[in-house]
Amino acid sequence: MNYLPGQPSEPLTTSPAPAVHADDLTVVRGPRTVLHHLGFTVPRGQITGLLGPSGCGKSTLMRAVVGTQAKVTGTLDVLGRPAGHPTLRSRIGYVTQAASVYDDLTVRQNLEYFAAVLDPGRAAAERRHEHVTRAIADVDLTSHADALAGNLSGGQRNRVSLAVALLGTPELLVLDEPTVGLDPVLRRDLWNLFHDIAATRGATLLVSSHVMDEAERCHRLLLMREGDVLADESPEALRSRTGTDTVEAAFLRLVDEATAAHRTEAPTRHTQEPTR
Amino acid sequence: MSTTAPAAPTAALDAARTTATAARVLRQLRHDPRTIALMILVPCLMLILLRYVFDGSPRTFDNIGASLLGIFPLITMFLVTSIATLRERTSGTLERLLAMPLGKADLIAGYALAFGAVAIVQSALATGLAVWLLGLDVTGSPWLLLLVALLDALLGTALGLFVSAFAASEFQAVQFMPAVIFPQLLLCGLFTPRSDMHPALTAVSDVLPMSYAVDGMNQVLHHSDMTATFVRDVLIVAGCALLVLALGAATLRRRTS
Repeated sequence: MNYLPGQPSEPLTTSPAPAVHADDLTVVRGPRTVLHHLGFTVPRGQITGLLGPSGCGKSTLMRAVVGTQAKVTGTLDVLGRPAGHPTLRSRIGYVTQAASVYDDLTVRQNLEYFAAVLDPGRAAAERRHEHVTRAIADVDLTSHADALAGNLSGGQRNRVSLAVALLGTPELLVLDEPTVGLDPVLRRDLWNLFHDIAATRGATLLVSSHVMDEAERCHRLLLMREGDVLADESPEALRSRTGTDTVEAAFLRLVDEATAAHRTEAPTRHTQEPTR
Repeated sequence: MSTTAPAAPTAALDAARTTATAARVLRQLRHDPRTIALMILVPCLMLILLRYVFDGSPRTFDNIGASLLGIFPLITMFLVTSIATLRERTSGTLERLLAMPLGKADLIAGYALAFGAVAIVQSALATGLAVWLLGLDVTGSPWLLLLVALLDALLGTALGLFVSAFAASEFQAVQFMPAVIFPQLLLCGLFTPRSDMHPALTAVSDVLPMSYAVDGMNQVLHHSDMTATFVRDVLIVAGCALLVLALGAATLRRRTS
């Protein structure tokens, strides 16, 4: 069930492990090192934005957190367990960039199946039905519940995929570019939903985007570029540290600084190709 | 220090998740009535065609018809499963499922169950049509024909699942049919008895599972009781299906690069 406000998932006496803790995290894909010795912490109960240009390693990092990425070295703990631990599978909701749903099933049938995987058994049927109905309402697809996913628009299919991740009781939601291709009204509604989920369900959200204006809506930011973390702080702290007005300007300043530093330190350092 | 998670316990089959998966696969099929019609009707139409191609020699129809009753479910299930699991891999739903508490065995058993159910319908119709309407002369019990047909369907499902791991697109997946099925078709004894082939080919056909599928059908055709050869054939086909299913399970990776 949902976490009710004032009912955290763990006793307050023991400080819970952060949602994600990485130290010296490196990921190799083929001949390339996609993530270089990353270290960062994602606090619980907040929205952390993972921002950076396409191909900077956001998706790879998210796959590592979810436990679907191979060749991960270093420390990566998720909800107090090593990433990919079997017990984490029902505690994390994950939305890939491309909608991963069955096009030849209706919206409701898609959700019913994934709900049955998360919470199987005849005894749970009523609870599953509630979760499915709530998830469809969360993403504002109630009027399309009986439409085939394949007949929906791209943005609608992405929302079906998001609804799947909202099923059950995810303590951590990993959302890879969930607002791509959505109109401004829907984007606003989804961000309101994300804040609602963090505030009332006590969940942690790790949301990637390459649209910098979405950064302003996050509690914390992880700015990435070419497999490195450039910044790990709140939007306000980032703006004041860099003396800029917007996160976008702050990001550009950090990129310029990093490029200048690399040029002087390691002129032969090869650049990273897009990762996905 | 490595974060590689401990190997997931290959959880024993979870009945509820397996049936949920099978129900989902069948629901997907139900939204595609044309595929259902093709799967069910094409074998029947082929049998009718064959019956009148061999209008003058009913003995030939008996032999080829019985063999085909075993081959049809294998080919259909091979094609359907390889495309379905390939779609599952390319659409991202497989990655999503494996990031969820779903055992690989649940997924595979779910597919086997769903396509097994379709295979029962397909084989029952084709066998019934051949025996009662087209005059296929079977000495043994038609139920044994059905049993072999079902095992063949399972073998087809297993092979399809396995090769889908090596296909990057649906084009490639379809091309695996001539690569995997046709040699078996040529060597299984359908066209000429296996003992009449070049000794090297006879040896090759000895290790191909379809040979035993066809042999099992012929045992039912010619013998009124379950012969030792029939039992051997059935066990070999079932064993191959389970072996290939296990290999197919090994191609499902929770972590990919």
